[in-house]
Amino acid sequence: MNKINEHIEKHNDDVLVRVEGLSKKFCKDLKTGLWYGVQDLFSNMRGNIHERLLRPKEFWAVKDVSFELRRGECLGLIGHNGAGKSTLLKILNGLINPDAGKVTITGRVGALIELGAGFNPILSGRENIYNNGAILGFSRQEIDAKLETIIAFAELEEFIDMPVQHYSSGMKVRLGFAVAAQMQPDVLIIDEVLAVGDLGFVLKCFKTIDQLLPNTAMVFVSHSMPMVSRICNQIILMDHGIVEYQGADVGKGIDLYYTRFANNDTNVVFDDGSIKLEQVKILADVNDLGLYYLNWCDDFKLELVVNNLGLDELPLIEVTIYDKEQREVARFIQQCSNRKLIKGISIITIKHDKIQLSKGIYSLSLTINNKRNNTPLMRVNNIASFQIYHDREVWSPFLLDSNLELNEL
Amino acid sequence: METRVYQKEHTLSFLNLLKSSLKDIYSSRFLARQLTVRDIKAQYRQSYFGFLWAFVMPLTTAFVWIFLNGTGTIKLSDTGVPYPVYAFSGTLIWSIITGAINAPLSSTKSARGIMSKINFPKEALIISGVYKLLFDSSLKILLLLVFVFVYGIGFQWSMLLFPLAILGLILFGVTIGLFITPLGMLYNDVAKMIGMGLKLVMYITPVVYAIPKTGMMHAIMSYNPLTALILTTRDTVLGTTSGFTMPYVWVMLACLPLCFLGLVFYRMSIPVIVERA
Repeated sequence: MNKINEHIEKHNDDVLVRVEGLSKKFCKDLKTGLWYGVQDLFSNMRGNIHERLLRPKEFWAVKDVSFELRRGECLGLIGHNGAGKSTLLKILNGLINPDAGKVTITGRVGALIELGAGFNPILSGRENIYNNGAILGFSRQEIDAKLETIIAFAELEEFIDMPVQHYSSGMKVRLGFAVAAQMQPDVLIIDEVLAVGDLGFVLKCFKTIDQLLPNTAMVFVSHSMPMVSRICNQIILMDHGIVEYQGADVGKGIDLYYTRFANNDTNVVFDDGSIKLEQVKILADVNDLGLYYLNWCDDFKLELVVNNLGLDELPLIEVTIYDKEQREVARFIQQCSNRKLIKGISIITIKHDKIQLSKGIYSLSLTINNKRNNTPLMRVNNIASFQIYHDREVWSPFLLDSNLELNEL
Repeated sequence: METRVYQKEHTLSFLNLLKSSLKDIYSSRFLARQLTVRDIKAQYRQSYFGFLWAFVMPLTTAFVWIFLNGTGTIKLSDTGVPYPVYAFSGTLIWSIITGAINAPLSSTKSARGIMSKINFPKEALIISGVYKLLFDSSLKILLLLVFVFVYGIGFQWSMLLFPLAILGLILFGVTIGLFITPLGMLYNDVAKMIGMGLKLVMYITPVVYAIPKTGMMHAIMSYNPLTALILTTRDTVLGTTSGFTMPYVWVMLACLPLCFLGLVFYRMSIPVIVERA
């Protein structure tokens, strides 16, 4: 064991993954793509020395990506669907060749891209451990030695001799991960495989990843920002093959990722016509992302301009705050005496002192209900968005202002 | 630790590529075996007749020709040995050659799904294809031996060379297969063309009838390299001599470097196949 540690320490500063100016193009049209494939087959034989330019109907799926990873580092790769993340992973894994640039990878590469590769549905779980293990590069002796561990890890003792086609999808994934978890890679490439499975399984996966991380250079692709911020210490945000943000400030990358989804379209879910929302305003300045912004602990003021068409009194107005993952974070309750609402235009102001939401982007939804029988009059999603500034990157929705008192007894 | 470099240009020489290809074949022997066991098990587990199916195909083809010949529907020239043995050995040897030609493409095709997800030595697919072919063939060879003894040809010392001759056939077939696989992965037309072509080529090869003494067919069949393969392999079982031993040796000597070339071509084509197919 000591020997292994020494070995690792010795190589600790080595760059395990070096990517330089990597580009990859794809073809939009199948038939043309196949024909280009034939051409590539033959230019392959001649050494591919010519520079590759876009041919008709081609586009850059990955353009000019560079990074370095050392042991113990984890790079988060985020972006929309089709941003080029999976293509990049395929190149890193040596499945497809780049069209420009260079990848240098040192050590044993493990990929959690597809779990349970090589499974045959008719064969039993036990037999498929060998099939999957063989494809992942284990020897027979290694699998023999780890068989019991794998079965126990997958929690499938009871069903291990049942054909895999009768497994639930969760069981298949568990078995696949249990085999893959036995890898001891120097470089680990993880695609969105951990999204499946129940909570217990996901926690188990993360435990395994945490154990591997100190000795591994990791590339992690995910759409789950909490996971990314938990594991990664570097981040690349991609959009249409191009690197939009790259750096060690994971929080900034994640914020940028979210703003790409910040749609400012208000969305009227329900409206019975008795009241009309004319204008929504947060009393704050607008930043360069086009969002209202406030510093943490600023006073929050929301102005709703409404046009009363048929109500006699002020209805119940509920404003809900959603975070960027569309989770409900908080609601405002208002202390307001039962006031009459005149016909026509009124301004309703909701005021909250010292807003203590943690940094991030939030959106507001509005529900207006009849006060007496609680029937809905209007519901509008995403009436406004705003951003809270704070130095600390946290995943809890609130940073509550507090004092620490120290008393000597 | 091993360092891998992925880039557009490759500076590796032919010999280096061949060396890594052969190294992967050796290092992936467990994977190749495991894939073979998996496919054979799966194939027969969901079947009542199981291994019987391996016998049925060559038997029916042989029976068709035995029937055609026996009823006098077609007049075949004398083959020098009992016709059923001639026909059955011919179809058996032919099925091994076609199987070997198709093996690289079909095993690569069946692994298409995992090839785009996981990096493993693709050479294992070729080897596993050969294993499966050997397994199927060995069952048929047992059947051929039954024929040989039933029809009174009996044991021949040359039979000891039969396995070697079979390996030669497989080398020949796999070599061709390796060259067609990259294109065959891109276009389905290739597999169809090969299938059709082989059916036609069978008629200019002494599979179920002997080479005519004269005429155009005599010339065509004599120049067909497959003739040497079929006749020489058959000679080893039946103890006959057809005089095609030297052409067989020449074909094999040509195949060895070509097979290496095929392996390198296959290895280099894999990224293109994964990307496009």
